Amino acid sequence: MSNETPATVPTLQVSNLHKAYNGNEVLKGVEFAVNKGQVKAVLGPSGSGKSTMLRLMALLEPADAGEILLDGKRIGASDANGRIAHHSERKLAVQRRDIGMVFQKFNLFPHLTALDNVALGLTDVQGVGKVEARERAFEILDKVGLAERDGHFPSELSGGQQQRVAIARALVLNPHVMLFDEPTSALDPELVGEVLEVMENLAAAGMTMIVVTHEVRFARRAADEVTLFDGGVIVEQAEPAEFFENPQHERTKQFLSHVH
Amino acid sequence: MIFDPTIFFEQLVNPAYFWGALTSIGVAAFSLVIATVLGFFLAVGRTSKKSYLRGPSHLYVWFFRALPALLVLLIMWNALPQIIPALRSDWYTPFIAASIGLGLVEAAFMAEIIRSALSSVDDGQELAGRALGMKPGSVMRKVILPQAIRTALPPTGNEFIGLIKYSSLASVISLKELLTTAQVGVNITFRYAEYYAVAIIYYLVIVSIITIIQSRIERRFLWTSRGLKKSTSPLSLNTRALATVPKEK
Ligand SMILES: Nc1ncnc2c1ncn2[C@@H]1O[C@H](COP(=O)(O)OP(=O)(O)OP(=O)(O)O)[C@@H](O)[C@H]1O
Ligand SMILES: [Mg+2]
Repeated sequence: MSNETPATVPTLQVSNLHKAYNGNEVLKGVEFAVNKGQVKAVLGPSGSGKSTMLRLMALLEPADAGEILLDGKRIGASDANGRIAHHSERKLAVQRRDIGMVFQKFNLFPHLTALDNVALGLTDVQGVGKVEARERAFEILDKVGLAERDGHFPSELSGGQQQRVAIARALVLNPHVMLFDEPTSALDPELVGEVLEVMENLAAAGMTMIVVTHEVRFARRAADEVTLFDGGVIVEQAEPAEFFENPQHERTKQFLSHVH
Repeated sequence: MIFDPTIFFEQLVNPAYFWGALTSIGVAAFSLVIATVLGFFLAVGRTSKKSYLRGPSHLYVWFFRALPALLVLLIMWNALPQIIPALRSDWYTPFIAASIGLGLVEAAFMAEIIRSALSSVDDGQELAGRALGMKPGSVMRKVILPQAIRTALPPTGNEFIGLIKYSSLASVISLKELLTTAQVGVNITFRYAEYYAVAIIYYLVIVSIITIIQSRIERRFLWTSRGLKKSTSPLSLNTRALATVPKEK
């Protein structure tokens, strides 16, 4: 098939992804792909390696083995006579620009206002002028409903607001795909809704997303496909209705019985 | 012989004290700059994963933590010019020798302050910067350093005050700093109380000014919108006004 149509190339794809810490194998050959505009929710027990998978996809840590492809092109490493040769940190930095990442603990920059948190990527990474960067940052803040809070520092924002700023910070760089690592797990229950709403809007606007979450409600409503990640591999993958009503694997049934 | 206020006030406005004080501040400031720059690289070296960086940094801190500052000053002024002919020229003044000598010693201590300040920054900060696609140098300068500086400021202020006092050691290499100025006066007149009292006043004034400046600087690291400077004021008002103006095509 030399004449592949672009539509068949997943936006982000990992194959045979392996990662171990001190001999403890956390990822045991993960196969995963997300297509353009698709939203994939990833569920799974604590400590199963979901965050590790996202950090590897975001090129924040090197994989022991396996490939990561962005729009069909290998990123993060190349093949050197059958061995994996990781790119330099500077080269990785450039490749990371197309991948947005949202963390469980927000990780906003406490010394910058909400606006400057969002603008920093534009000025530093994309070389946009300061004035234009702040205008564009402001537009994105407006999109996540925080235009009024642009001059506030992270310490002056609620958890839900901080996470929305963090989403804006990733979004402003127009990433090809956005990775979310339990974006609502650190929030008080009453603040979860505002973050999920922003994410659902993003999904509806066609953003390609991989969302590690415990929010079954979000997975049902916004995801095109739901995945169970356990024991370092993808166990099951299906459309939400199928996944929740008619799970095929024993481990999925077990996991869902705990969540529900 | 009781305390003679006339002598005291006479000396208080004596320009020699003023220049002595400036010299003390100058030596302290220069050595702090040297110590901070050197200390930064030592701190990065000590926490580096590369052993060829860790080793020398460790060695440096071990060495200079052990030596008395006085000994280092004597070596800087007396021994080094014997070994290095270039130091026998005019530019190598007691002021420069003292600044470098105290700076080298102080670097061992600043390294520890900076190391702990850098490590106090949450790991998630570097992760977030890298995830945005920032290069390592940018992450350090724009994300980690501003936060580390906030942590390092109070202990660095203490070190600066310490250096002001340590600069009096440089009297042994004939630097005319504040305390030397007082001592010279005493040697001539034997009016101990008056001359030392003037020195006390000067030290108190210097340290008070440093304390005020330090708290001013620390206020800039509060990171609340109340402490915000005009230059970084929120955009919401003017941008919103801007947004209502139809964009020109
Ligand atoms: N940097 C690291 N060094 C050593 N071990 C690590 C590291 N990161 C993760 N691990 C280990 O890898 C395993 C998987 O961790 P990971 O954080 O990926 O799980 P998770 O599925 O995201 O769990 P949670 O739901 O609690 O967030 C855990 O046993 C963890 O202790
Ligand atoms: Mg996790």
